[in-house]
Amino acid sequence: MATNAPKKDVVIVGLGWTGSILAMELCEEGLEVLALERGDDRDTVPDFKYPEVADELKYGVRYGFMQKPRNSTLTVRRTLEETALPYRMLGSFLPGDGVGGAGIHWNGHNWRPMVEELRLRSYVEESFGADIIPEDMTIQDWGVDYDELEPYFDRFEKVAGIAGQAGNINGKIVEGGNPFEAPRSGDFPMPPLPQTVDAMMFADAARKMGYHPFPRPAANASQAYTNPYGMQLGPCNFCGFCERFGCLNYSKSSPQTCVLAALKRKSNFSYKVNSEVLKVELAPDGKTATGVTYVTAEGEEVFQPADLVILAAYQLHNVHLMLLSGIGQPYDPATGEGVTGKNYAYQMNGGTSLFFKDIEFNPFVGAGSNGMVIDDFAINQIDFGKEGFIGGSYISSGTTNGQPIRSMRLPPGTPSWGTAWKQATKEWYGHSMSIGSHGSNMAYRDTYLDLDPTYKDRHGRPLMRMTFNWKPNDIRMTQFMKTKIEPIAESMSPDIMQSSYKSEGAMYDVRPYQTTHNVGGAIMGTDPKTSALNRYLQSWDVHNVFVMGATAFPQNLQYNPTGMVGGLAYWSANAIRKDYLPNPRPLV
Amino acid sequence: MSTRDHSTTRRGFLQSAAAGVAVSAMTHPAMAQKQPPVALEEYSPTYFTAEEWTFILAATARLIPSEGDGPGATETRVPVFIDLQLAGDFGNAADWYMEGPHVPDAPAQFGYQSPLTPAEVYRAGIAEFDEWCRQNHNAPFAELDAATQDAALTALQKGDIKLASTQGASFFGLLLQNTKEGYFADPLYGGNHGMAAWVHIGFPGARASYLEWVGIDKPYPLGPVSISGERA
Ligand SMILES: Cc1cc2nc3c(=O)[nH]c(=O)nc-3n(C[C@H](O)[C@H](O)[C@H](O)COP(=O)(O)OP(=O)(O)OC[C@H]3O[C@@H](n4cnc5c(N)ncnc54)[C@H](O)[C@@H]3O)c2cc1C
Ligand code: SF4
Repeated sequence: MATNAPKKDVVIVGLGWTGSILAMELCEEGLEVLALERGDDRDTVPDFKYPEVADELKYGVRYGFMQKPRNSTLTVRRTLEETALPYRMLGSFLPGDGVGGAGIHWNGHNWRPMVEELRLRSYVEESFGADIIPEDMTIQDWGVDYDELEPYFDRFEKVAGIAGQAGNINGKIVEGGNPFEAPRSGDFPMPPLPQTVDAMMFADAARKMGYHPFPRPAANASQAYTNPYGMQLGPCNFCGFCERFGCLNYSKSSPQTCVLAALKRKSNFSYKVNSEVLKVELAPDGKTATGVTYVTAEGEEVFQPADLVILAAYQLHNVHLMLLSGIGQPYDPATGEGVTGKNYAYQMNGGTSLFFKDIEFNPFVGAGSNGMVIDDFAINQIDFGKEGFIGGSYISSGTTNGQPIRSMRLPPGTPSWGTAWKQATKEWYGHSMSIGSHGSNMAYRDTYLDLDPTYKDRHGRPLMRMTFNWKPNDIRMTQFMKTKIEPIAESMSPDIMQSSYKSEGAMYDVRPYQTTHNVGGAIMGTDPKTSALNRYLQSWDVHNVFVMGATAFPQNLQYNPTGMVGGLAYWSANAIRKDYLPNPRPLV
Repeated sequence: MSTRDHSTTRRGFLQSAAAGVAVSAMTHPAMAQKQPPVALEEYSPTYFTAEEWTFILAATARLIPSEGDGPGATETRVPVFIDLQLAGDFGNAADWYMEGPHVPDAPAQFGYQSPLTPAEVYRAGIAEFDEWCRQNHNAPFAELDAATQDAALTALQKGDIKLASTQGASFFGLLLQNTKEGYFADPLYGGNHGMAAWVHIGFPGARASYLEWVGIDKPYPLGPVSISGERA
C-alpha cells in the first residue's frame, strides 16, 4: 500500500538536463516543485573531484556513473520475428543515473537542427517527390519550425555556455563558421576551444578540397563564463576524461555546473534521490494525471499528488513510464495505429582511422567536444533523389581521450595478443587519428518500443522491448559518407588507413558503444492519430503531462540530440508558463 | 531552503568514511611498491583456487608476454588485478541483469546472455580448458611449452575449442579483456605495477590537465602519475 505525500504543484520525474531546466523555469512561476530522481545525489565535489575521477577502469570501462542494468534495462530484438533478449550489460548506449543524469557524462557536442530537418517529410516531398520515401519509412514533420524554436536554442546555449563559431547570423554568412547552419540570432556565448593536432590536420585537408571546416560547438567552456542563472564555468583544461566522466574542473556544461546550485537556492524547490517513479497515476476518466507513485530506497511506495507531471526521465524511461501508465494508445506495427512507442530511431555513424608513424598526436590531450567539422554533406546539402537515400551526416575529427584500455587504436591485422600486440601498442599509441561521420537515422514502421511479454524488472513490471534494426536507406547514407571521407583521408597520406562503415545486411549489435542518442517513442506532431505529444510536448490524451527529451523526435537528426532537447525544454516551459498555467487544458 | 531527503552532513560523513576505506585498500599496491610486493607465486588469491591461479599466471604470461619491448602481464601483476576483479562487483555481475530465461546460444550481437557471472565463467572455463589440455597434450595448460600454449589459446580464441561449461559466455574474450584492463588500469586495482604499461606506451595517467599542450605535435615530456600519487 502506498502512503500519500503532501500535494505539490509540480512533480518532475528525473533530475537530469531537462528535469533541472523545467524545475528552474517552473520555480520561477512561484510553484512548489518536487523532483524525484531514482539514482544517487551527485555534485562536482565529492563525486567528480580530482584525482579520483580520472579512473578509466571505474568510470570508462565499468560504467560507474551509468544506469545499472540490474536495476533498470530493456529487451532488444532486430525484427518482429525475433524473440527479444535483455540488454544485460551496457554496451551500445549508456543511460544516465543519479542527479544530473547523462548530462554529467556526455561529451558536450551541442548542435541545433537544420531548418529542413524539422519539416523533413514536407521538405522531401516538396524537393524530391513523395515517391522517394520508402513504403516502410514513417518519417514526419515535427510540428514546430526552426524560427519558432530559435530563441529557445539561444536560451539553452546561453545557460549551458556553449563555445563555438557562428556561421550564419541572421542570414549573414560568417567566415570560419558553418555556412550551412540555420540562421542564429547571435554569436555563441563563448569563442571556440583551441584545437588538437588531428583536428587541425583534418581541417587543412578539408579546406584544400573546397570544404568548409568549422570548430565543433562545445559544451566545454573555452573561458571563464557566468550564465543567466549566475552559475560560473571555468576554461576546460583538456583533461582527457570527459565522456563517461563527470567534469573535475567546472568546465563541462551539466545540470550541476549550469543549473542545480541556483535551483537548490529556491525555497519552492525540493528533490528526493533514490526515489524511482513506477507509474503516473491517472484520474478515472484518464484525461488528467493525479500524480505519480514512486518507491524509496527502503522499498516503501509513496503516492505523490501533483497538478502537473513532467516526465524528464530520459527518452527510454519516458516511453516506458507512458506504456506502464496507459498514457496514449500503444503503437501497433501491424496496423500502424497507436502512438506510444512509435518511431524509435538511433544514429548512423561510421569512420576511417589514419595511422601516421611520425606524427605525435598526444591523444591524452583531449576534450569532449574538441574537433573540427564539415557540414558539406549535411541533410540540406544532398540531392536525395540523385543519391538514393534520405539523410545526411556531419564529418569531423578530434580527440576526446587517449585512455589506453578503450582508446588503443592499432593498425588492421595487428594480432590481438602476444608480443606483436605489445610491440604495436608502443609503436602506434599516439600515432593515429580518425575522421568520423555522424548521421541521421530514419524511423520505420517496425522500429518501435512496447512492453516485453516475458522479462520483468526488480519491481515486477514488464521491461520495455526495443525493436530496431539498420535499414537499407541509412546504410546507403553511411556508404555515401565513406566515399566522401576516404578521399579526404587519402589526401593526408597516412601510412595506413582503415575504414569502418555499416554495409548491406548489417544487423544491430548491442555490444559496441555507438551513441546514447536514443530517440522517438512518444513523438511530437500536429495530429493525435500520428503523434503522442502536441507541438508543446504535451500529451494529447493527458493534458497535465508534459514529456521532455529526445522522446519527442519523430526520427533522428544528423546531429547529437541535446541542443535540440534543451531548446525544446525551454520552448515547452515557455508554453506551460505563458499559456497552460493560466488556463490548464489541451493547448492544441 | 531546498529540502534534501537525507542530511548533507550525514551523506558527507558516509562518503568520506567510505572513501577512507577505499583509499586505504586502494593505496595498498602503491605502498607495497616501496617494499617489493609479494611474489606472484606466493600471493594468496582472493577468488582463485591454487590450481586456477597457476593457470592464470601461465595464460596471462602468454597474452602479454615478458619477452620483447616493454613489461609483460607478469611484471605488471595482471593476475592480481584479475583475481581482485573477480572477487568484487565485476566478478559477481553485480550491475548486470541476470534474470532468466537465458538463451545462451543467441547470436553474439545480442550481447552477454549466459546465466553465469564472470567469476563462474572463469571457474568453469579454466577447468574445462585445462581438461582439454590434459586430454590433448597430457598436461594442464601451465605445464605446456610456450608454443603449445599459444596454439591452444589460439584454438580457444578461434572457437576451434568449444567450452560447453561457460554456457554461451566467451571465456577467452573475458580473459583477454581483463588482461588488457589489468595492464592499463590505474595501479589502484593491483595491476599496471609501477605504471610500467603507461611508461611503455607514453600515457601520462591521471595528470588530466593539458591546456598548454593542445595542438602541439611533439612528444609529451612528463611521465605518468597515478591516482594515489605515484610517479614514474
Ligand atoms: C556517454 C554519453 C555521451 C553523450 N554525448 C553527447 C553529446 O556529445 N552531445 C549530445 O547532444 N548528447 C550527448 N549525450 C546525450 C545526452 O546526455 C542526453 O541527450 C541528455 O542528457 C538528455 O537529457 P534528459 O533530461 O532527457 O535525460 P538525463 O539527462 O539522462 O536525465 C534523466 C534522469 O532521469 C532519471 N530517471 C530515469 N527514470 C526514472 C524514474 N523512473 N524515476 C526517477 N528518475 C528517473 C535518470 O536517473 C536521470 O538522472 C551523451 C550521452 C551519453 C551517455
Ligand atoms: S575535457 Fe574539459 S570539459 Fe571535459 S571533463 Fe575535462 S576539463 Fe571538463
